[in-house]
Formats: sequence, structure tokens, C-alpha cells
Amino acid sequence: MARPGFFLPKILKSNAHQGEQPILSCADPKTLESLHWLACYLTTGKHMAFYSSFGTVLLLLAVTAPAALAFGFGGAMAARSGFAPLRWCGKGYTAIVRGVPDIAFFLFFVIALDQGFEWLRHKVKCPDWDMPVRQGSDFVVCDAAKMPLSSSPQWVHESYGFAIAVLTFAIVFGAFAANVLYGAMGTVPRAQIETAEAYGLSHRQTFWRILVPQMWVFALPGLGNLWMILIKATPLLFLLGVEDIVYWARELGSSKTAVFDFPHPDWRLYYFLTLLVFYLALTRVSEVVLSRVNMRLSHGQATVAGDAQRRAA
Amino acid sequence: MKNLILTTAALALSAAMALAESHETTVRLGTEGAYAPYNFINDSGEVDGFERELGDALCAHAALTCKWVTNDWDSIIPNLVSGNYDAIIAGMSITDERKEVVDFSENYTPPSPSAYIALSADADVSGGVVAAQTGTIQANHVVDTGATLLEFPTPDETVSAVRNGEADAAMADKDYLIPIVEGDSDIVFVGGDIPLGGGIGMAFRKSDPELRGKFTAAIQAMKTDGTLNALIKKWLGEASPTF
Repeated sequence: MARPGFFLPKILKSNAHQGEQPILSCADPKTLESLHWLACYLTTGKHMAFYSSFGTVLLLLAVTAPAALAFGFGGAMAARSGFAPLRWCGKGYTAIVRGVPDIAFFLFFVIALDQGFEWLRHKVKCPDWDMPVRQGSDFVVCDAAKMPLSSSPQWVHESYGFAIAVLTFAIVFGAFAANVLYGAMGTVPRAQIETAEAYGLSHRQTFWRILVPQMWVFALPGLGNLWMILIKATPLLFLLGVEDIVYWARELGSSKTAVFDFPHPDWRLYYFLTLLVFYLALTRVSEVVLSRVNMRLSHGQATVAGDAQRRAA
Repeated sequence: MKNLILTTAALALSAAMALAESHETTVRLGTEGAYAPYNFINDSGEVDGFERELGDALCAHAALTCKWVTNDWDSIIPNLVSGNYDAIIAGMSITDERKEVVDFSENYTPPSPSAYIALSADADVSGGVVAAQTGTIQANHVVDTGATLLEFPTPDETVSAVRNGEADAAMADKDYLIPIVEGDSDIVFVGGDIPLGGGIGMAFRKSDPELRGKFTAAIQAMKTDGTLNALIKKWLGEASPTF
């Protein structure tokens, strides 16, 4: 039968612009012939939600990557700290989060985090509440402490879910990044640190001016891996209640009976092939960018790549 | 005439009261959105189906403002008890196992039959591989019959498993399967109807008997005035059992 095509919605749009009765009307899909049917099908509200979910995934990546890097940097700094309790925190964070399976972490952590926020708000907003917060398996807080409020519009709920997702991703991937950065900080040649100390730089100055600028080249392969894994981990979004591309592909592709306006058999193959192309394109672009960054960072470094650049110059 | 004026006044008054009250709380209704004709996401991306229309009618009866939320079936009960929405209305059968965690309203469909589908009428449903959605009464039943259970997160995937031969048969609510069998000449029902569960009800937190009471009262009202039967006939077919 007809295959999904992306050139068709354009036809529909240009006609709709003319202000008169559009020639292509989607009012009664059952009477349409196949090409027209497909054009209407690919521009339903549900498909629009599918297209915009690609933006959701890209936005999540754009926000999560720096956030995870920040968590990782904090974790690595804590793990290197001379102050023992802080060091235990840093090491404990990486050990626990890296050791727990992602899915278990995502399912448990999001509900725990959400309940934690609500519990804090409950304590502040409803001090004279006399019922227990935990009643059997129920978690009950006063209406004012709900996060977000039950009466909030849908976009607030969606943004809140998205924010929780970013935070969870940042914590999980931050733990891996912390380990990568911790290793990279330990790889910067000892001679560099000794020279800095010989020049009389303080511990803090040595860290920020000598260690950090040089460690990135050692961290990059590990961080690049993490980025690739993060791209592929975004389908976990639906576990957190965010409707992402995989959710919509599954939902749109599943077979539709006559209850729907556009009944069709199981088309998941086509939808998932679209996702395959999307993910491959994304990882390919990432590979190109990462190799450029690596060239940049290797400049002047005492590494094989840095030496090669020096000889070529 | 006097009577008419009085009735009109009473109606207007109750409507005004309902309106005033409805601003106080919003009830969030959780559903799966992947179980046509009970609940599904229609082509404009909104929750639609039997339970959408029923839920809206119940909220109107109980004078509540309701909002629809979709959630994956697997985590639909955990998210209810942790307060992310206030009620589940997702084709959920009333069972003793679920009653340990949540409380149900009065059932809004009579105990409805489940059925097997397969590519041929002589498929082995008691010794072969049978697909069912995770965490459903049908999945429990398949295990009890001694067949090998193949679980899927959505009911649609159980039907696909039958089509591609991964499973010998699939089991689900008959109301869900009827449109599938009608739309595909390869798929047939196997054996007769199997009654499972105590009908479908809305699920609430155990700590929320007040809301449960409101919805049970609304369901009873719709049973009495016949509107519920009309909805069942409209969405689940003329042959579906009514009250």
C-alpha cells in the first residue's frame, strides 16, 4: 500500500493558504483516494505531536548534556577533595548511581524525587495537617502542596515532567561523567602540576589554570561515549511520562481499527525506520563534531595526536 | 406552569452551585490511551473512546472539573497512589489483587467476557504460546491454564504477535478484539467467551473515599437513567452486555 512520504503535506498547505475552500479537505477521510488520504493522514493533530516530539528530544539533549557535565564536574571535584566527608559523597555518588540499572533508577527515582518535593512543600504550606502523609501505599499531601497543582494547565504538568526528566538524566549521566573526569584529572602529567607548584601557584590556581584546561583532551573520548549513549537513552523519557518520539512512533504505528478516522494495519516498521534514520543522522553529526573538538583540544598537548599536529606544522 | 418555573429555578440554582463548586478542585483522570474502543488517542491527539465520553458524563453528574492524563499501563497504579492523578479510568477490571492497593468504584460495565484470537480456529490455547498484556486479568488466566504466557506492554503488540506467528493465540477483553476480528479476515476467535473479573470500574486511592463516593453515585445515576447502557451500546457494540 501507500508508503509514508514527506513531500505531501506541502501540497495541503499551499492550498489551505488561498483562503477559499481548500481543494484538499480532510473532513471525511473514508472517501479519500490514497495519495490525498496519506496527505491528510500525515497532517493529523497526532502526527503534529509526533513531529514536535523530535524537538522535545533535541531540547532534552541540549539541556541535559551541560547539566550532566556540571554534575560530573562537581562529583569529580568532590571525589578528589582533601576533606574526607566530601570525598565520600563524591565517591558514593558515582558508585551508587553507576551501579543501579538505568530503568530501575528512572522508575524509582522520579517518583521519589516528586514525592520528596511535595513532602517539603506540604511541610511548609500545610503545617496544621493532621493526617499522615503515608497511608498504606498511598502518598497523600494537601492540595496546595501538589507539584504542580491539580488545577494547573496541561503545559505546566508537561514542563514539570520534562524538568524532572532533565534532572534525572543529569544525575544518572553525571555519575558516569564524574568518573570520566576524575580519571582525566588524574591523567594530566604530574610534571605539569609540579611545575605549577614550583612557580608558586596555589592549590586552587593549579587546579583551575593548569589541571582543568589540560584534562579535557583525556576526558573527551569518555565524554563522547556518554553523549552517544545519552542520545540513545532518550526513549527512557516515556518512562518519565514525557511523550517522546518512540512513544508516538509506537502509538501511531500500531494497527488502527475502524474506530479511528484513518484505519490502517500495523505500520510500526515505517515509523521505526524513520526513527532509525533520525538517530543515525544525530550520531553521525555528533561523531563529526566530536572529532573536530578533539583536534582542537589536542593542539599543543603532550599526546600522540598533539605530537602529530606539531610535526605536521 | 408554577411547577415549571419552580423546576427551572431549582435547575438554575443547582447549576450555579455546581459551577461555583467546580472551580474549587480539578480531578485528574488517568487513562492508558491505547485500548480502543475503551480509551485511545484519536487522530487529533486527544483522549477519546467509551471511557472519555463516560468520564466526561460522570464529571458533569458529580459537578467536577476533570482533566485527562495518559500514563503507561505498567505504572498506572503506582502513579495513582503517589498522587499524580486522582482516578484511573482505563478499562481496569475489578480484581481482589488490585483491591489490595486501590479501591474501586461500582463497576460501570457488567462483567464482560474475554476471548482468544488466533490465525486458525483450532489453535492450541491451553498448551501453546499465548500472548497477553502485562498485568492484566487475561495474563493471569493464561498462566492458570498452563499455556506459555508471552507478555507485551500494549494490547496491540499481542495481536501483532499472533499475526507474525510469534504466539499461537492472544487473549484480551472481547470488546477490544471484536473490531480487530471484523477488520481482518485472517484472524478468528478461538473457543467461546470466558468470563473474567468483576466488571470494569474506576480505581481510586484508598485514602480518597470521598471522591470514590461521588463517582459511584454518578455511575448509579447513569445506570438508572439508562444513559450508561446507551454509551455501552454506542462504543462496545449492540451485543455487549448491558445493565
